[in-house]
Formats: sequence, structure tokens, C-alpha cells
Amino acid sequence: MKLTLRVWRQKNADADGAMSTYEVDDISADMSFLEMLDTLNEELILKGEDPVAFDHDCREGICGACSLVINGDAHGPERTTTCQLHMRSFQDGDTIDVEPWRASAFPVVKDLVVDRSAFDRIIQAGGYISAPTGAAPEAHATAVPKPDADFAFEHAECIGCGACVAACPNGAAMLFTSAKINHLNVLPQGAPERETRVLDMVAQMDEEGFGGCTLAGECATACPKGIPLVSITGMNKEWLRAARKSGRR
Amino acid sequence: MTRTVWDSSVGKKAVMAVSGLIMLMYLVVHMFGNLKIFFGSGDFNHYAHWLRTLGEPFLHYEWALWIIRVVLVVAVVAHATAAYQLSRRDIRARPSKYVHKKPRSSYATRTMRWGGIILGLFIVWHILDLTTGTAHPGGFQPGHPYQNVIDTFSTWYGDVIYIVAMLALGLHIRHGFWSAAQTLGAGSRTRDRALKTIADVLALVLTVGFISVPVGVMTGLVS
Amino acid sequence: MTAASEYAAYTTGAPVVDSKAPEGPVNERWDTRRFEAKLVNPANRRKHTVIVVGTGLAGGSAGATLAEQGYHVVQFCYQDSPRRAHSIAAQGGINAAKNYRNDGDSVHRLFYDTVKGGDFRARESNVHRLAQISVEIIDQCVAQGVPFAREYGGLLDTRSFGGVQVSRTFYARGQTGQQLLLGAYQALSRQIAAGNIEMHPRTEMLDLIVVEGRARGIVARDLITGRIDTYYADAVVLASGGYGNVFYLSTNAMNSNATAVWRAHRRGAYFANPCFTQIHPTCIPRTGDHQSKLTLMSESLRNDGRIWVPKAQGDTRPPNEIPEDERDYYLERIYPAFGNLVPRDIASRAAKNVCDEGRGVGPGGQGVYLDFADAIGRMGRAKVEEKYGNLFDMYARITAEDPYTVPMRIYPAVHYTMGGLWVDYDLQTTIPGLFAIGEANFSDHGANRLGASALMQGLADGYFVLPSTINDYLARNPHHAEVTDEHPAVQEVLAETEDRLRLLLAVDGDRTPDSFHRELGELMWEFCGMARTETGLRKALERIPQIREEFWRRIKVPGTGEEFNQSLEKANRVVDYLELAELMCLDALHRSESCGGHFREESQTPDGEAARRDEEFSYAAAWEFTDSGAAPVLHKEDLVFEYVHPTQRSYA
Repeated sequence: MKLTLRVWRQKNADADGAMSTYEVDDISADMSFLEMLDTLNEELILKGEDPVAFDHDCREGICGACSLVINGDAHGPERTTTCQLHMRSFQDGDTIDVEPWRASAFPVVKDLVVDRSAFDRIIQAGGYISAPTGAAPEAHATAVPKPDADFAFEHAECIGCGACVAACPNGAAMLFTSAKINHLNVLPQGAPERETRVLDMVAQMDEEGFGGCTLAGECATACPKGIPLVSITGMNKEWLRAARKSGRR
Repeated sequence: MTRTVWDSSVGKKAVMAVSGLIMLMYLVVHMFGNLKIFFGSGDFNHYAHWLRTLGEPFLHYEWALWIIRVVLVVAVVAHATAAYQLSRRDIRARPSKYVHKKPRSSYATRTMRWGGIILGLFIVWHILDLTTGTAHPGGFQPGHPYQNVIDTFSTWYGDVIYIVAMLALGLHIRHGFWSAAQTLGAGSRTRDRALKTIADVLALVLTVGFISVPVGVMTGLVS
Repeated sequence: MTAASEYAAYTTGAPVVDSKAPEGPVNERWDTRRFEAKLVNPANRRKHTVIVVGTGLAGGSAGATLAEQGYHVVQFCYQDSPRRAHSIAAQGGINAAKNYRNDGDSVHRLFYDTVKGGDFRARESNVHRLAQISVEIIDQCVAQGVPFAREYGGLLDTRSFGGVQVSRTFYARGQTGQQLLLGAYQALSRQIAAGNIEMHPRTEMLDLIVVEGRARGIVARDLITGRIDTYYADAVVLASGGYGNVFYLSTNAMNSNATAVWRAHRRGAYFANPCFTQIHPTCIPRTGDHQSKLTLMSESLRNDGRIWVPKAQGDTRPPNEIPEDERDYYLERIYPAFGNLVPRDIASRAAKNVCDEGRGVGPGGQGVYLDFADAIGRMGRAKVEEKYGNLFDMYARITAEDPYTVPMRIYPAVHYTMGGLWVDYDLQTTIPGLFAIGEANFSDHGANRLGASALMQGLADGYFVLPSTINDYLARNPHHAEVTDEHPAVQEVLAETEDRLRLLLAVDGDRTPDSFHRELGELMWEFCGMARTETGLRKALERIPQIREEFWRRIKVPGTGEEFNQSLEKANRVVDYLELAELMCLDALHRSESCGGHFREESQTPDGEAARRDEEFSYAAAWEFTDSGAAPVLHKEDLVFEYVHPTQRSYA
């Protein structure tokens, strides 16, 4: 098929950006969206133009690197990552708008590449269980009820792509932050740091300049791993509990 | 702890939820009181007077009413301040918009923000109109709320302002009640449907209940 | 004399010996070594800087553990976050000899299975240590909050996995790698926050700094600004993963590359068994020339799926219309004892054979069916969905076919490289102070890696082995003279790096980096893939220098070096693939036996199985670099088997 692409081009973090229009031809329906962009880039390189920069790595939907807003949707029209989106989701002759994640906490690095290090700093603030190597007790010493283990897993599935922030009208990182808090706080191993974890991570999230939650629900709709909106409710509950407890100390 | 709560986007949202729920409780009572207007001026004025003597002899005359007023003012101020600060944070967090626009993406957010502003302005007008009488059409008569209400709803703009504000109130409560439940951590996957139904019912009952008064006046049912 | 034959005329140097593995019973060696290794006084540790390149399972766990011990760690990854390393894509699980199932498993059995599975080309001491440590890994990960699958009683669930008969694989649905990696990433994050790790994301190592014979630092490029910087340390740890991307199409991440290990090799680290590459049997077949990478489907699917092709050649009927008696469940037929669960190399080759016979299915006849109809009939769709739901979804998304109703199509693809930098028992390369861990080294899997063992090895190296052995090096070499950019050795490395990038930008030819990569990959897949022959390998050895020459004549890289430039990154990686590929072919050519993933058509049993030739090839081949395109020197490390006696593997 033949497509018209309108792609956000921005030389670097300080430059102004704008949409540029490109035509691509001979696109197969079996191509992934990124393979379609590869095709465009091969042409641009041969023409001596700067190819479109975009983040991508595993192309299996798990590393969380790819991050394109396609026709206004984070990761495009299907509920998956950009790399798992295939061209069969589009029609011959379509015009497709491709933009980077937009949020002030995710500044653009170049073209469609943004800086998501704010997510790393949220995890650094408390998204872990302090378990120094070698200090672990026998794995079967603590049984974890299967529903809790499943709950933890469902939240641990987050790939840190940032689609939730990109989709949120407030540029909020609530879904990302809550996924990690719910994952760790439900486990017995995570209990000792339960309060500090949620307080510190939420504080860091605010510090990074993410917006707040108005429960618009766009994050959960965009999440390629299906982290539910109620995850944020769980985080709120944990936060209020922790704030109460810390007030008593 | 107060600092922890107020300094955090999650805590500030909880302040909004709690203050919102206080106002919601008040509104339910307020709406039931309003319905007394359909039983004639005696009932309605008596009810208004009772509000002032509530809690006597333990409380002095009008103390209960003032306590309620103070609580409500604190709730309104906290709600509005938190809303303002959170909205500013939200707007700062997303300074540049997508070139490709999606209409649906901010329905709830927009409803809450514009609805909130409408309601804030309404409250000011409502107090000036029926509590202090400053902006009342015709002669305001302290102690005669029945007549005052009829005066207000006998003007076209009184009806329009009130009905528009009550529709905004319905939408605000519809998202706000469910939202408050999530903010306070009371939502869950199994409870979601129930919470949404309660929110819908509350919004509907309050809107219909409040709007019935100007409608009553307009149709001549209340005169 | 052509360039190819010059390169193939390698010489054999002195044998290389693993001087660190202690003598004595195999099950006591690790304890002995840990006791003999010198320790660094805790107060002195923060004066030592250790560079770790890579943040996958090995690098992430090593960085976190070294920082916990008190070392100052400077860590690098090319990704925008350490959480994205390709370990994240591992699906199936992680082996551990816990024997929770009481099904006869033990450390010794895991050791035995791994040595046997590796077709007797791995070191016994290393493998035994790996099996011992496997048990601790599970404890460690559970303590970190890794949400492994659990039974209703709240205890950990396990499953059996490719090539073994016990149920020792711990898993987290089909995302075990992700969960283990996030565990390591979180431990790493904790140390970054504590100020013990200086993390450099989006920074790629371009060369190794060796001063007075010791690894003292790296040259790295900031991928955002293009700035080239030097970083110094008392020891350098490479945890940069495997080199499967030499093949262009592989299950590796797009940006996984061999630059760190290849540059280290060029600076003096021996490269061992480069031809030992694993072809994974259950990948989604390619759909066309646009294909940029291949996606693996966890081999856990082979536990319940049945693999078949039509009995007749060129049978183009849809699979559901082919009656039962016209199907050939070839793995079950040829290997009745193991059936669909034979090791990866055997399953892959069998698929290639049936496709070569013209019985392959799907576009181009490059595929076989993996059928869940029986499993759905037996367990019900819900149970199948619970076990494999995410894999089925992934398959459906990529192929637009519903695997619940139509059998999946699978085909082998390059997946893992057993070869890597030669390391001793301490995981130290032949350059003192340079360590290699995880897939970057060659140590534990021999000629074929068993399923669910990569995660085990990465974490064993990073959490437990390296943090114990690196102490010994640092304690014995406590006072290094400070190195600065002015040192002639550093000047030389910097100049070489800058020249290389400048040249890439200056050629301004008419071919893209990807076009060369693809050409090389196709050549390697054809001649150094699932089946190799002397003729084919010689052909490849002749062709590679020609591609290399063409590359430096016709490469086109737009933009400059002082900016975010993904074409430049790619081109620079291809430079190294073009040299490494040559060594892989030479290694494959010289090893004229078949073993594990290395199948030489000249060396097979009468029924077409791999025939090892132990008397000639029971050694690890460690290659020493001499010059680009010049014949390397082979150093043999003899492999001695005291506990698991080499037999011809049989899974029939």
C-alpha cells in the first residue's frame, strides 16, 4: 500500500519541531509499523537526508523502548506496543500522523525520541525491595497466596514505556507508579518498606513534574499491558494508609 | 501529616475528595429541605426557622447554622484551592498538545474543571441572592425564604442560572463521587459498577430534586 | 593465494589453561575457590572503581551486588534505561535444582543435564558451580519480590522445559526474563539512589583501554550528544550479551551488538568457540524481505503443542483439512522417549530437514506446525489460555492467525550464542582486570544451551560468581597508578575510535548500514547456520572480506558524529560484525566435528545425528586476534571429564 506520513521532526531538545510529510510506497500489510519506518529511513539515508529517529529495541513488545503516538493514540490504534502494531491495521492511501510522547517530564531528545529517565528516578525513590544479595531466606520459607502472587504479577507486567503518561490529558505518571507500588506492596517480602515506598515514590513522581490524576482513564486504555485504572485506586489507598501511619510516628 | 497531605498530588486529591463528600452530604440535606417548598409557605418557612434553632438549648440561636456554614466554607475553599493548584500542575505537565487531536481524551477532566468554575460562580450568586439578599430581584425579606425563592424563580435569568448550575452539578457529582471513591482508595474491580450506579443515582436525584423547585415556580405549582 | 585462504591458515599457539579452578571433588571446588580468593577490606572497597558494561541479568545483578559490597560502580547501557536490556525478552523460565517436586532432581542432576545438553564441550567445574548456585538464585529473586508463578498452596510452581525429564523450571507466566530483569533493575536502582552506582544510560562502549597489560577503562560515546569520553576503573566487567545479531535476523533486540566483546578481543581477550550459536526451534517464521527481526515463542509451548508436517511433499491443503494419518509428527516418531521435548539443536535441525525435504508449510515452505488441538481437547481451552495466553496473543498479533483454531507455524531462528570471550573459573578474560559475564562469556553451555539456563547463568555470574572472584583480582592488585587521557595507550585508543567514526561519516557512499548487515546476515545464515559444510564455510570466508572492502567503499552515514545519530551507531556495529563473522566461520571450519548447535554435515551418524569427535575436538577453541582479516592464533583449552563421561547424546 501507499501511505502519507506526517512525522514530528525536531533536531534536538532545544530546537523547535514541526510535522514533515513523507510518502511511502510498497508497504506490505505484514510489516510492523516500525518496519514501515525502517523502509522510510532507508530511503532518507540514500537521499542523504536525516532519517527519523525513534526508540526501539526488542521489537517483541516487552522492552518498552518504542514510543510513538500514532494518529493521536499512544502506540496507535491497537492495544499493544508500537513494535507489535502491523500495517494491516491501516488502509491503502491513509495519512498517518506520528508524534513523540508529549509531557514536560518527558522532554524530546530528537524527532520521536523522548527522555524517560524520570521513570527510572521514580523507581530509584523506592520501587524495590531491599534484599542484598546473599541475605535471602529459603524461597519456600514464606508462602504467598496465589491471588496475591497473581495480583503482584499483573502489576509487575508494566514495561515502563510511558504510554500512560503520553495518553493522560494531565501528563500524569500515576498508572506507572501505582503498578510498581501494587506489585511490591501486596507481597509479604515488600511489607517492611510498604509505607516509605509509596510515600517516596509519589513524592518523586510529583517532583518530576508529572500531572495529577483526574481519573480520565486514558492511561489504562493506552496501556499495552492492560494495567487497570483501579491500580491507581490501590496506590491512593496505600498512600493514605502510609500518610496516616507516618503521622503517628 | 498535614504537610505530607497538602504537598502531595495524591494527598491534595484526597482533600478534594473529602471536602467534596462533605458538600455532597450537605446537598442531599439541602435538597430534601428544598422540597418542603411544595408543602406551602408555612412548612417551608418553619423549616428555615428550625435550621436556626437547631441544637437548642445546648447551642445558642443560629450556632448550628454557623457551624455548618464554617464547615462548608472550609470545604469549598479547600476544594477550590486544591482544584486550582492541581489543575495548574496538570496543565504545566502537558504544555504542548498533540498535533493530531483526539476529542474524547479529556471529557471527564474538562467537565470537572468547567463545571467546578460554574458551580463556584453559582454559589456566590446563590448566597448573594437568597442568603444576604444583596443580589435579590425585588425586595429581599429576611425570615421569609418562601417568598424570596418565588421572587428569584419568577425571573427568567434566575431560572436559567439555577438550572444550568444544577445540570453542571449533576455532571460534577457523577464523575466526582466515583472519582472521590477512587481517590480515597475505596474503589475496586468488583465494586466499580456499584460505585458508578450510586454516582449516577445521586447525580440524578440531586439534579431533579433541585430543578423541581424552579420548575414548580415556573409552572405555577408553587406560588 | 586469496584473502580467505590466508585467513584460514591460522596457527596454533600454546594451550590456554584455566589456572583458577581448584583441584579436588567437583562439588567442593567453588567453596575452595571462594576461600582461597583474597578479600578486599570493606573500608577499602569504595576506593575501587569497577566498570560494568550492560544492564541485563548479568550486568544488572553484578552492578547491584558490587555496589552493595561497597565498590564504586560505573555502569553503562546503550538503552535509555537499564530496565530495557534484552534479558527482558526471555520467556520460558529459569532452572534451579530445588527438587521441590521430589521428582529426583538434584544439583548433580542439573550439572549432569547441562554438561550432557552442552554436548560435552563445557567445563565441568563451571557447570557444577552453576548448578549449585541455581538454588540460591531462586531464594534471592523471591526475596526481591519477583512474582514467580505459584500453586494454590502459595508455594512456587515449576514446569519441565526443553530437554530434561524433571520439573525444575521456575517461571512467571511467559515473562520470566522480564520479571527477573526488573528484580535486578530494582536492586540496581536502589544502589543508584544510594549513590553507589554512577549510571550512564544511552552510552555505548566503543573500545577498551588497556594500560600495561591490564584493563583500566573504556571509551564510550554518549548517544545523545555524540561526545566520546574515557572512563577509568580498577577492573572492567563486560556484560554486553551475545552476538546473535551477526545473522541480521535473530531473536536478539535490534540494538544488541558485539562491539564491546569484539573490541575487547581486538585488545587481547581470547574469543572462545565463536561458532557455537543456538538456533531456537520455535520462532515465528519470517513474512518477507522487510523482516527486521524474528520473534521467539517460548519453547514451553513444546510441553503441550505437537509438532508436525504433512507426510506428502508440497501438500498445500490447510492444516485442518489434513487427516491425522497424513500427518508426520516427526519428533515423536524419531525420538519416542523425548518426543517434542528434545533439546533445541535437535528440534531445529529436524525442522530444517523436513523443510529441506519439501514438506515445510506456510510461505516459502519455511515452517512446521505446532498444534494445540490435542492440548485444548485434553485440558480445555481455558487451561491452555491460562498457561500460554500471552504467547498465543503475541502470535495472533504478528501473524493475524488464531492459534486456538489454526496450528501455529514455527521455524528455527538464531537465538543465543554459547561462544564468547574466553574466561577462567573466576570469569576473568585473558586480559587481567577484564571480566566477562552472562552471554558475553563462553563458559557454561558448551556447544548447546538447555532451555531456561541462560537466565540461570546470567544471574549466577552477576549475583554470586563475579562478586566473589573479582575481590581476588582487586585484592591482589590494590594500587594502580592513575590513568589519564594523556597516557599514550589512551591517546591511541581514542584516536582509533574517533578515526573510525570519522571515516564512517566521510565515505558518503551509496549503501545503507542495514543493507550491509542484511547481506552479511544472509550469508551467515546460509553457510554458518543450522548446517555447515567445509565448502560453504570456505565460500563465506572468501565473501566476508569482499563485503568488508565494499562496506568501507560504499557505506553512507548521514549527519554528524556530534549528535544523536542512529545510523552512525548502526554502521559502527556492522564494522565489528564484519570481522566477528569471519572468526565464526573460521571456528566452524576448523571444528570439523558436529557437536550441539554446531552441525557439520561431514560429521554425522548413519541416522543423521550429530557425530562428535572427542579425540580430536574435546577442547574449547580460544582465538587470539592478530590483525583485521589476518589469521588468528588458536589456543586450545583441553576439556577433562571426570564426572560426566562423554557419550554420544541420544534422545531417541
